[in-house]
Amino acid sequence: MSIIGEKGVRRILLVTAFSALSALLLIALFIINEGVPFIFRYGLRDFLFSSEWKPAEGRFGIFPMLAASVWVTLGAMAVGAPLGIAGAVFLSEFAPKSVMRIIKPAIELLAAIPSVVYGFIGVMVLAPLIRSSLGGPGLSILAGSIILGIMILPTIMSISIDSLLAVPQSFREGSLALGATTWQGVYLVIVRAAKSGIIAGVILGMGRAIGETMAVIMVAGNAVKIPDSALDSARTLTANIALEMSYATGMHRQALFATGVVLFVVIIILNSLATVVIKGKVARR
Amino acid sequence: MRISARLAQRIAVTILGGATLVTLLALVYIVFFVLEKGLEVVSVDFLLSDSRDMGRAGGIFPTLIGTVVLPLLALSIATPLGICTSVFLTEYTLENRITRIVRFGTDCLAGIPSIIFGLFGFIFFVMTLGMGWSILSGGLTLAVMVLPTIIRTSEEAIKAVPRSYRDVSYSLGATRWQTVKKVVLPNALPGILTGIMLGIGRSIGETAAVIFTAGSSLRLPHSLFDSTRTMAVHFYILAREGISTENAYGTAAVLIISVLLVNLAAYWMMNRFIAKRS
Repeated sequence: MSIIGEKGVRRILLVTAFSALSALLLIALFIINEGVPFIFRYGLRDFLFSSEWKPAEGRFGIFPMLAASVWVTLGAMAVGAPLGIAGAVFLSEFAPKSVMRIIKPAIELLAAIPSVVYGFIGVMVLAPLIRSSLGGPGLSILAGSIILGIMILPTIMSISIDSLLAVPQSFREGSLALGATTWQGVYLVIVRAAKSGIIAGVILGMGRAIGETMAVIMVAGNAVKIPDSALDSARTLTANIALEMSYATGMHRQALFATGVVLFVVIIILNSLATVVIKGKVARR
Repeated sequence: MRISARLAQRIAVTILGGATLVTLLALVYIVFFVLEKGLEVVSVDFLLSDSRDMGRAGGIFPTLIGTVVLPLLALSIATPLGICTSVFLTEYTLENRITRIVRFGTDCLAGIPSIIFGLFGFIFFVMTLGMGWSILSGGLTLAVMVLPTIIRTSEEAIKAVPRSYRDVSYSLGATRWQTVKKVVLPNALPGILTGIMLGIGRSIGETAAVIFTAGSSLRLPHSLFDSTRTMAVHFYILAREGISTENAYGTAAVLIISVLLVNLAAYWMMNRFIAKRS
């Protein structure tokens, strides 16, 4: 180390510290460079709001995919958020500490199951079930929503548990001392105190749902049309990119990168939102 | 009708407990369903023989190699970068604008979906830098993807090393770098290893970012410039193209077991780390 010296080390570390940031900028730069010129040439409004996606004829409207992404994500939130938050409240406030000490790591472990496996379960188990009981093709928005909802459960649950546990013990004691039952205390005091952390967890889960690709390709059916019902087959933005990337060239490929730009922007907005929500909490403490 | 507070509590606990149970059952069911169907197919022969007929017959040996090589390459690039970043953030600077920007960049990078990494890796490593569909392109793409995990866990681990350790080192006349190298990093090692294991786990399970950068060749790779196929990609292709449901289950079982083992190792190290600290 004497060759480089303290100052040299500091300089090297400073440079490496910017690796993640420069990677982010590089990613943004390359996706934008491929996608944005196309958006300008094609027209933002036509690109986002026309529902004709016919690459062979040079028609690139992503509205059906946009609608599908919104529906699947909202569906996933409807499944994942209530279950995740309920589970977090139960584990942190009502379950014995020993139970929580086993179940929380178990749930985090399950978050590591690859998304393709979730997708496969959707195809083998869920889709046939939906087809036989509710009708439709089975591979549908509903199937996608349920599978994604289960996938984001661990994210929402584990962040919510962390923020519930961060609520000072004195809050609980105070509400009990006032004669409230545990549930009243949880409902009126604890959950409100942990609100921003829970919201941040939900937003991060939402980001994961929007960005998920392989599981959605497998279970949502991938039809390019604006869905009428939850039982319709649909293709999300991410699925559109992954399905056509392998053979797309020229304008078509640029259109896919432009789809990536839309996705990128949505994700950055969601993440910034989550950061702001968490920051607000820290500032208030 | 007003319900009594006691009854409300009982109803609430039942509903919340029910929701927790549903969650756990769903997640556990997924693991057991795949293992039950898959383990019938898995054997030493399945693991160690070549895939034939696009994976319709034979084993998964080439994808096993891909699954080992890609994460190894990714982590050997991301680990030094991540540790240096976290050392800089924790030991070499106070909270200021630079650290805030670096943290924001890391958080954003962590939230980017894998398909975007796939697009980026394809256009940057595969096309612009001319690496083609190769282990190198895939490894570099995965390295970028797991970098935030490494940075965050290393930072936590380094922060958990008690202040007094550093004070003693400085009082003995050690420089900052000597303190980092001899005192801080060795003590933070288990925590850092946890991050590395989590990164490996994520790389093993990744599909979207890998399929567009490392390709999906089933042949055994001979150099970093050869295309390869990981287990996750193999499983995806088998399942999606309906090549062989049986082999898909088998691959999925091996995939789940490896990911769970790697993550269990991560937790085990994390717990040892916490136990040692307190």
